[in-house]
Amino acid sequence: MPAVSKGDGMRGLAVFISDIRNCKSKEAEIKRINKELANIRSKFKGDKALDGYSKKKYVCKLLFIFLLGHDIDFGHMEAVNLLSSNKYTEKQIGYLFISVLVNSNSELIRLINNAIKNDLSSRNPTFMCLALHCIANVGSREMAEAFAGEIPRILVAGDTMDSVKQSAALCLLRLYKTSPDLVLMGEWTSRVVHLLNDQHMGVVTAAISLITCLSQKNPDEFKTCVSLAVSRLSRIVSSASTDLQDYTYYFVPAPWLSCKLLRLLQCYPPPEDGAVKGRLVECLETILNKAQEPPKSKKVQHSNAKNAILFEAISLIIHYDSEPNLLVRACNQLGQFLQHRETNLRYLALESMCTLASSEFSHEAVKTHIETVINALKTERDVSVRQRAADLLYAMCDRSNAKQIVAEMLSYLETADYSIREEMVLKVAILAEKYAVDYSWYVDTILNLIRIAGDYVSEEVWYRVIQIVINRDDVQGYAAKTVFEALQAPACHENMVKVGGYILGEFGNLIAGDPRSSPLVQFNLLHSKFHLCSVPTRALLLSAYIKFINLFPETKSTIQEVLRSDSQIRNSDVELQQRAVEYLKLSSIASTDVLATVLEEMPPFPERESSILAKLKKKKGPGAVSVNELEEGKREGGELNGGGERGGDSSSTPSPSADLLGLRAGPPVTAAAPSAGSLLVDVFSEAVKQPSPTAFLRLFVCKNNGVLFENQLLQIGIKSEYRQNLGRMYLFYGNKTSVQFVTFTTTVTCPGELQSHILHIHTWNSLEPLIEGGAQVQQVINIECLTDFSDAPLLNIKFRYGGALQNLTLKLPVTINKFFQPTEMASHDFFQRWKQLSLPQQEAQKIFKANHAMDTEVLKAKLLGLGMALLENVDPNPENFVCAGVIQTKAQQVGSLLRLEPNAQAQMYRLTVRSSKDTVSKRLCELLAEQF
Amino acid sequence: MIGGLFIYNHKGEVLISRVYRDDIGRNAVDAFRVNVIHARQQVRSPVTNIARTSFFHVKRSNIWLAAVTKQNVNAAMVFEFLYKMCDVMTAYFGKISEENIKNNFVLIYELLDEILDFGYPQNSETGALKTFITQQGIKSQHHTKEEQSQITSQVTGQIGWRREGIKYRRNELFLDVLESVNLLMSPQGQVLSAHVSGRVVMKSYLSGMPECKFGMNDKIVIDKQGKGGTTDDSGKSELGGSGKQSIAIDDCTFHQCVRLSKFDSERSISFIPPDGEYELMRYRTTKDIILPFRVIPLVREVGRTKLEVKVVIKSNFKPSLLAQKIEVRIPTPLNTSGVQVICMKGKAKYKASENAIVWKIKRMAGMKESQISAEIELLPTNDKKKWARPPISMNFEVPFAPSGLKVRYLKVFEPKLNYSDHDVIKWVRYIGRSGIYETRC
Repeated sequence: MPAVSKGDGMRGLAVFISDIRNCKSKEAEIKRINKELANIRSKFKGDKALDGYSKKKYVCKLLFIFLLGHDIDFGHMEAVNLLSSNKYTEKQIGYLFISVLVNSNSELIRLINNAIKNDLSSRNPTFMCLALHCIANVGSREMAEAFAGEIPRILVAGDTMDSVKQSAALCLLRLYKTSPDLVLMGEWTSRVVHLLNDQHMGVVTAAISLITCLSQKNPDEFKTCVSLAVSRLSRIVSSASTDLQDYTYYFVPAPWLSCKLLRLLQCYPPPEDGAVKGRLVECLETILNKAQEPPKSKKVQHSNAKNAILFEAISLIIHYDSEPNLLVRACNQLGQFLQHRETNLRYLALESMCTLASSEFSHEAVKTHIETVINALKTERDVSVRQRAADLLYAMCDRSNAKQIVAEMLSYLETADYSIREEMVLKVAILAEKYAVDYSWYVDTILNLIRIAGDYVSEEVWYRVIQIVINRDDVQGYAAKTVFEALQAPACHENMVKVGGYILGEFGNLIAGDPRSSPLVQFNLLHSKFHLCSVPTRALLLSAYIKFINLFPETKSTIQEVLRSDSQIRNSDVELQQRAVEYLKLSSIASTDVLATVLEEMPPFPERESSILAKLKKKKGPGAVSVNELEEGKREGGELNGGGERGGDSSSTPSPSADLLGLRAGPPVTAAAPSAGSLLVDVFSEAVKQPSPTAFLRLFVCKNNGVLFENQLLQIGIKSEYRQNLGRMYLFYGNKTSVQFVTFTTTVTCPGELQSHILHIHTWNSLEPLIEGGAQVQQVINIECLTDFSDAPLLNIKFRYGGALQNLTLKLPVTINKFFQPTEMASHDFFQRWKQLSLPQQEAQKIFKANHAMDTEVLKAKLLGLGMALLENVDPNPENFVCAGVIQTKAQQVGSLLRLEPNAQAQMYRLTVRSSKDTVSKRLCELLAEQF
Repeated sequence: MIGGLFIYNHKGEVLISRVYRDDIGRNAVDAFRVNVIHARQQVRSPVTNIARTSFFHVKRSNIWLAAVTKQNVNAAMVFEFLYKMCDVMTAYFGKISEENIKNNFVLIYELLDEILDFGYPQNSETGALKTFITQQGIKSQHHTKEEQSQITSQVTGQIGWRREGIKYRRNELFLDVLESVNLLMSPQGQVLSAHVSGRVVMKSYLSGMPECKFGMNDKIVIDKQGKGGTTDDSGKSELGGSGKQSIAIDDCTFHQCVRLSKFDSERSISFIPPDGEYELMRYRTTKDIILPFRVIPLVREVGRTKLEVKVVIKSNFKPSLLAQKIEVRIPTPLNTSGVQVICMKGKAKYKASENAIVWKIKRMAGMKESQISAEIELLPTNDKKKWARPPISMNFEVPFAPSGLKVRYLKVFEPKLNYSDHDVIKWVRYIGRSGIYETRC
């Protein structure tokens, strides 16, 4: 409420308010208000002229009633009338009413704007301030339209009072935030920047807020503010505490202004001008020095103000990340705070240190505080502080201290708060993987992790263990042994059972020599957990059992007994039942050779970005991982998994579950994955045929670009280029609807043999899971041909449209002919080679009927699209076409020759392909036969 | 079952707190205060669920009564109990107010112990309660052994509502038919909805354990008799009407003393009455309702700043009867800035605090009409919303039953004591009141 002088107090208002406060019930209050409203209405009735005082009083009452939560639909006119009064109190009440109750009533807005204009152009600073405050409080678009041009003028005018300048700057800031398009600084820019030099600290403080906001949007225009800000800052920092009189807060000179200046500087890179930079460094040093000085006051306000500047300065140092000396000093300063008794300071110190740890200059310095941080993790009372401590530990971890940190985190995990457990688990898993030098340590750590916090171990974590164990031969025996031991605990977590089932199923033979872990013991151990597990785990265990049959023929009868039992073969769950039936049949019908092939050990997983990292990134916890750390993680990950290529090709797979056992819902038939499930698919292949993944495939044999797939929802365009044995394919997914697709994931898999390194496929830049209506996203796939192949990789697309899950499987148009290098050769060369490839299996021939018109030009274009060189004037018969090319695979080069003889009368073709490899000839012949 | 019962004042302070079951903790008290009494938005629903606990509340003036339970309890039963509780308290110390509750808190705890046992409602008959819970504390100690055992046998016996050995010099009986008539009528005079909810309240001062039989012009009974061709002589006793017209009762409930099996089989209402005042039955009818008044509104908007209202009321019953306490409430727009009223009869006034013109007439005979006209000045507002024109409501009291219910007889038999039906002095009274009696305008 306004500070009303005694003579000006509104008695009626006071009485009304006390009446309302004394009301015993809601009903009584409403009655009193109704009465008052009727009274005011009769007073505001047109025929009586009210004096300013009563008008003010009634408007005040209306305002009060409005603030009590009742609708006010009259009195606006009276309030607007008050604006033109010359008394401060009346004008102020008028503005107050307008700011609180304004609505976009066009005629009133016009009147209000008019009154504001009058006040702005008056020379009375109080009235100008009132008007500016009203504009800022309302802040509507209409206001911005009316005054956005006027206010900058007031702001930079020479004769404007300081207090008005302050209001103008803040008002402009508000308008800029609500409608940035209307506030055009252009011509005023430099003069606004020079407000930083203003004598009046209040004006500088107000202006700097405006400048910070403006320079975030267009940094270049306000670049000049850097040097001004630095000089201002240095003047403040170097001033004695008495210099700034009114702006010294508990012995700290202008703390708010300093913080704002430091924050403004964080919008820009380090100044290039040496002098400016020197001065800034000096300032920062002074600030750091001051932190060391003994406090001038015991009051908490003093230390708060001081620390606020200090933390802002440290953020600036971190932002610049170029002054090793300062960074180390900052780190030391923060180290002191780590043991401060103020919890807030400890929190801030941990948080800032997290960012410091990622800087190369201060990483080592941060590491020296490891003991303190570990201690904080253990003893800190506040969970948010512990969370920060955990973040910092994660950030400071490197190869040298990984074992210690991981051990500490693991031991903390046992007592950790539920809210941060999952994140902790992910962090431990990542660190263990990233810095593992010795894989038995890694396996131990993860198994420990599952034992301690099994519930919080997400799928990704245990998938990752299995991927690593499978890819590393040296650790498999150890893993099997440890898992076996871990499973002997009377109560072990389901995730442990999953890992155990998988690993024993694959590598149980490695420990079968020991009578304590003989095959039957292993099986009984696993089966003792079977009934306590959920359906997916049971399914996994069934797969482990069939693998056991292959590994240890002596367990066959026991396992068959289990599979044959009613609880399996008649299980109500389709997945389990199907597995039981199929495994039982497989084990009883197939010969040992077949079994051995089908149930062969899992091939190593292709190299890829750890899915755990992606998960942590998704969690986006504060202080999670910065981008460069992620990249580092990738690098290290590549190193760890040795096997495949490194770094650059690493890719992320949106649904890693498909890569392990096809455990996701749905029978193994649809889970087109390189798993036991899909091996099964090959055995029972009748049921497998995908609906029509090949429908579009034929079209792409002779061309590289086009539309791969289209329906009402989705269009998939394709663009591809091949060079030697490498290819790159761009897939464009276009959303044809106006609704966004969510959880859009794509998986590229190579079914069956294709996976076994015949063709290497990596997907690049994992897609956003969202595609907006009408939008298009791009995905890049890298392809490497290792040896020749005949099948095509599958692209599986899943997304939700509306509520329904759409699932789509397409064959990617990667055919062997894509890797052709055209070879030009003369006629006799051709025939010489033709003769060389005369073995019967090297030739494939087909005679077939023409599907299209026999147009020479079209045929030529198609043959060129095939990738071979079309040789003119080679064949004695000009009607015939001959081509030559070499298929480039990583393993070998396969030269191929082709001859196409059209017979126009019969509308028939004879196609002959000869190549150095029989499979290639056949495949090429098949592919081409469909084209003409 | 009810886990606990709390009584709050208007500020939400707990006046009475009685917990019957362990599943209700003290925090339930605060939960209700925070979520209902102090709620930002007014809580309209009488049942509130907070943290798996149900709160059933009724409000009497400024006092909140809340029954709390964690179980799936019959809500109708709980409310019935709460209303009964209010009745009992009113019977003991008059109006339910904060002061009265504070002054009688010992009594209330005593009552709560008696009428609820482990959350199950027990005997809540005021007459019976008053025999063993009295406000004259010392006197109760002077109960003789005999009296005490009598109380025990009464409370635990079959007829818990009446003790034995009551003696009156004059056997007297008062019977009130109290009805409230609800109406919603369109401006054109079309009945949109109408029903009557009625109660038969008795006050009996009879000796011994008399057996009573109550008869009224229930359509089913009358039709049955008409079909049977026999006319019951007692049907034309001095209390009964001339049996001219019967009414269709939509539903009815009885006091616990009425033998329901007999009502089900013969539709006769026979009972041993409690001593003193009690409610014998409640009923509801929707057909052939006599509407005592007709309201004819005429509202004319003259420009944006003026409104002319004319309302005529017509009484629609025998000219010999007199209606009383007539009050017509005419809502005014929210931007009313002044009102002038002219009326022939009664007094009319604009009440700003209620946004309405209130017109009061003390008495009015049947088949008359009266009229009021008002000029309302309006203040132009920014609001484009049109006035919603709430209906005109009316209050009155008439000395007949708008449902048409007639008491045909009320016979008293007391075989053990030597007084007969003829010796009992019987009084019958009909009062029809307005419930929500509204006419749209």
